[in-house]
Amino acid sequence: MVRGLHRLVNYVLVVGLWTILPIGLLSSSALAAEAGPPAASASASSVSPIEQALIEIKSDDAAVRSKAAALLIEQGDARLLPTLDEIRAEADRAVRQTIKPVIDLLKNHANLTSEQADTRRSAAADLVGPGRPEAITWLEEAAATERVWWVKYTMDESAQLIRLRSDEPAVKRAAIQKLGELRSQNGLSALKELVEAGLQSGATEAQRALADAAQASIGQIDSWGWWASSIETLFRGISLSSILLIMSLGLAIVFGLMGVINMAHGELMMVGAYATFVTQQAFVAWLSPEHFDWYFPVALPVAFLAAAFFGWVLEATVIRFLYGRLLETLLATWGVSLILMQAARVYFGDLTAVIAPQALRGGVQVMVGVYLPFNRIFIIMLSIVCVLGIYFVLFRSNLGVRVRAVTQNRNMSACLGIPTRKVDSYTFAFASGLAGIAGWALTMVGNVDPGLGQNYIVDAFMVVVTGGVGKLAGTIWASLGIGGLNKLIEPVSGAVYGKVFILVGVILFLQWRPQGLFAAKGRNADA
Amino acid sequence: MPEPERGRPDSRETVSVYVVGFFLLVVLPVLNVLPAEDSWLHLSDFRLNQFGKFLAFAILALGLDLIWGYCGVLSMGQGVFFGFGAYCMGMYLTLQIGTESVYGSELPDFMVWTQVKELPLFWYPFKSFFGGFFGAILVPVLFATLFGFLAFRSRIKGVYFAIITQALAFAAWLVFNRNETRLGGTNGLTDFKQLLGYRLSDPSTQRGLYILTVMALIAAYLLCRWIVASRAGKVLIAIRDSESRVTFSGYTPWMFKLFVFVVAAGLAGLAGMLYVPQVGIITPAQIGVLPSLEVVIWVAVGGRGTLIGAILGAVAVNYGRSVLTNYFPEAWPFILGGLFVVVVTMFPDGLLGMIRKVTDRHKPPAPELKADGRTAA
Amino acid sequence: MTDQNLILQCENVVMDYDGFKALNNCNFRVHYNELRVVIGPNGAGKTTLLDVICGKTKPTSGKVLFGKGTNLVGKNAEDITKLGVGRKFQAPSIYSNLSVWQNLDLSLKRASKGVFPTLMGQSSPAERARIEEGLETIGLTDHAHDRAGSLSHGQKQWLEIGMVILQEPSLLLVDEPVAGMSDKETEQTGQLLTKLSEKQAIVVIEHDMDFVRQIAKIVTVLAEGTVICEGTVETVQADDHVREIYLGRAKVAH
Repeated sequence: MVRGLHRLVNYVLVVGLWTILPIGLLSSSALAAEAGPPAASASASSVSPIEQALIEIKSDDAAVRSKAAALLIEQGDARLLPTLDEIRAEADRAVRQTIKPVIDLLKNHANLTSEQADTRRSAAADLVGPGRPEAITWLEEAAATERVWWVKYTMDESAQLIRLRSDEPAVKRAAIQKLGELRSQNGLSALKELVEAGLQSGATEAQRALADAAQASIGQIDSWGWWASSIETLFRGISLSSILLIMSLGLAIVFGLMGVINMAHGELMMVGAYATFVTQQAFVAWLSPEHFDWYFPVALPVAFLAAAFFGWVLEATVIRFLYGRLLETLLATWGVSLILMQAARVYFGDLTAVIAPQALRGGVQVMVGVYLPFNRIFIIMLSIVCVLGIYFVLFRSNLGVRVRAVTQNRNMSACLGIPTRKVDSYTFAFASGLAGIAGWALTMVGNVDPGLGQNYIVDAFMVVVTGGVGKLAGTIWASLGIGGLNKLIEPVSGAVYGKVFILVGVILFLQWRPQGLFAAKGRNADA
Repeated sequence: MPEPERGRPDSRETVSVYVVGFFLLVVLPVLNVLPAEDSWLHLSDFRLNQFGKFLAFAILALGLDLIWGYCGVLSMGQGVFFGFGAYCMGMYLTLQIGTESVYGSELPDFMVWTQVKELPLFWYPFKSFFGGFFGAILVPVLFATLFGFLAFRSRIKGVYFAIITQALAFAAWLVFNRNETRLGGTNGLTDFKQLLGYRLSDPSTQRGLYILTVMALIAAYLLCRWIVASRAGKVLIAIRDSESRVTFSGYTPWMFKLFVFVVAAGLAGLAGMLYVPQVGIITPAQIGVLPSLEVVIWVAVGGRGTLIGAILGAVAVNYGRSVLTNYFPEAWPFILGGLFVVVVTMFPDGLLGMIRKVTDRHKPPAPELKADGRTAA
Repeated sequence: MTDQNLILQCENVVMDYDGFKALNNCNFRVHYNELRVVIGPNGAGKTTLLDVICGKTKPTSGKVLFGKGTNLVGKNAEDITKLGVGRKFQAPSIYSNLSVWQNLDLSLKRASKGVFPTLMGQSSPAERARIEEGLETIGLTDHAHDRAGSLSHGQKQWLEIGMVILQEPSLLLVDEPVAGMSDKETEQTGQLLTKLSEKQAIVVIEHDMDFVRQIAKIVTVLAEGTVICEGTVETVQADDHVREIYLGRAKVAH
């Protein structure tokens, strides 16, 4: 009996071995054939497609690599990025070239859902370059849930731009139309290519049809573009005028109210700008970087006070001896201007860079093609505040009444007990401080160099001359006019001829109205 | 009591004019030629040439003294007219370089490297010397006539006018700097070789130019003297004192202002024309805001309203500048600025005023007009 | 009092400064060789009236007829001067930096006052004689070559009168000639003006009532931009409306 059991076990073992072994061998070889040449750490059967792709992307065979890349793009996500970066760091050039677009695409794909709107938007824009069809889906998915209109717009636009590259005419056609509807500026070059293609002598019917559609879209885009750039130009004109306005306000107070021509006003603006620079340097030297952006608001009072101080000194040492003698003050203050300019040149050198603080970088996209930077918006608001402030102080406060009394009739005011010397000093210092504020604002939109004041002084005086001496309203309109006109003419004829044109315009204007825009009426003696 | 005879200036002034004139016209060139080169009497070619430049500037200053010192009209744009004159003569000289230029073409060098294929039309008149000569006077005169007519007729006065002229200087500088203007852009016109056949590098040519400049200065001075001594000259002073009274005396002030403005522009053009062959270069840097202002400071330093003061100031300030920029180049703008401030606030009569104060201490009070350093012609 | 005798006729002259009427339908007539005095409270429009006549200001509406009926409105000041209207200002406006002689020389009436004639011309002996005569009339012969700016205030006023006389105007407008003068100077000025009125019409604005009584035959009272009374000094002083104006019940114009 035992011998019978022993023989049964033998039979079972032999049969089993003879059946299982071949089957096992056969299936393992089948598996091995599917996975290709085994890698160093290859195991038999538990590899996910992604992991496999990560391996294959390092292959020397270009076809294999691109297949792996495609897979990774399709199925991968941001979590793969660290690994990919590692691979890239160690790989040779060919592999790196394959991996880079993968990394970029995965990054962008992930960023489409980032928390920052700007990141989402730039991701959407970047996806156009490689032009992968997968991106279309991603973009459309993201756009469907996007709240910020500008980001959604970019996503839609990018999707259409990629669609445009498709080979199917119907898809192309739809994309052309959509791009037109979107008024896409970025689509212009591709659309123009299509038009070109249609104009070739050997163009097919289909090509010409596409060309027509593209032309129509281009028409839509261009007309919108014209509006957009006009608005931007207008905006830039206003922001330029605002700086000019702040400058001119100070000058109008000095010239119009006090009867003093201060040719060094531009240099006082320069003082304000340099004060801002010095504040920035102080922050860099003494405070930690996270406080850096605060230098800007701190610099405002610094700039004001620095310029006011210089103005106060100027008034006390030079101007007070020359009241009533306009041409003499003009010359003397020109001398001061030369001295200040040279001092800045000697001390600071010819070029200084001021970095705009974080809060004021960037801007708001108001509509397609119109981007309004924050710093210029800020300058415009600042100038409005200044105008209102000055108006209220001068015309609605006691201090203002005193100032106006002194400037209109010095002797009488003195008899009435108004301290005329003090009023003179403070008024002049205040107007100089205004120039300092203009300089502070200017650091956001321009370079700080010793010649800063010169650029503005001629314009500022033209404003005062056109606006009429001592008239606040005139100064405002004139600065809007001259600043705006400057900017409007610029794209047409260039900045230089713009200035010349404006000069001629002012001379002709003064023919018609020699007293300026808002003339002082009544019995005033000649200015 | 008879009216002082017209045209006879103060006798001291006449004598000093003759003396100085003789010195400049005869003595200096002689010192350049006769003494041996290492003798201390020898006036180097360089110095003579420098003097020529200063005297050209003096002509420029005379014009400004007429309009500002006498008539009270401050023009901060004389550099523009100076520039027109200089460029006109410069264009003639440039065309005279001909094939001796760096590129060897008939076209000026700067046109070659800005890809200009042929000479622009407005250069053609300057192929001849007379084009350069008459252009140098006529262009500023015509321009001043137009500008002055527009400005004075609409009664733009005083400070407004000064600012407008400054803006004009600025605009001119901008325009001349552009390559499209076809005037050499920022680099201007230079590298001149010959004038009417005479080589400019030849000391005898420079000497001749110097003598011409002195003669022109004397002529300009006599012209200004004549204007100032005439009744019209009195009208100019009257306009400065009380323009409305002048109107109510039946004169038309703007015409008088225009007249002297145009004369000043012509003198400036003459100065530019003499400057260019002696200095050898003209760039937009000489015609902008700052150079125009420097003319004012020359006249202010010398003593405005005296004619002699203008000449004195021009020579003194420029000489001082050449000395100082040799030793302290960075200090010059400080000094120039300081000069403006000090002269205007403390010495409104300028150098001449100070000299007169000293020399007059020993004279009985004469019916001279002393306010602000202006004297009767 | 026929119209042919009128050298000046202001008809319904209005001068409107942004709502404030400095002259409000002013009608003002002056005869040849008349010495007329205009009085009135401050702000009544007296100086404005003179400004309008001599062309310094252009009126908003109205006519100013001069001589044979020439309308002066719209003409240049220098042209009006050449037609024969002379103006002496309230604050002496003379050429301080020229000598007295030169001041007069410039004012002398000449055939042409253009730029080139003035540049070339010299004073003829006849012209020089006239200047000397003028010097005598104003009593400044001894100061002929003094700088005008160095004269006393009264002398400056006379100089200005002299300058205006030498223009040989047929109508002389004088604005407060005796302001700041001593009594003696005031009397001398009065005599001068009376003598001058033998040859030309003179309109004088004044406040000094003694002076007015010395020289005036007819007085015009201006208030709030219009003529409210005209007559001899006595008539005017007795007039009720005039008293009201001066003693303050009327509105004060600013």
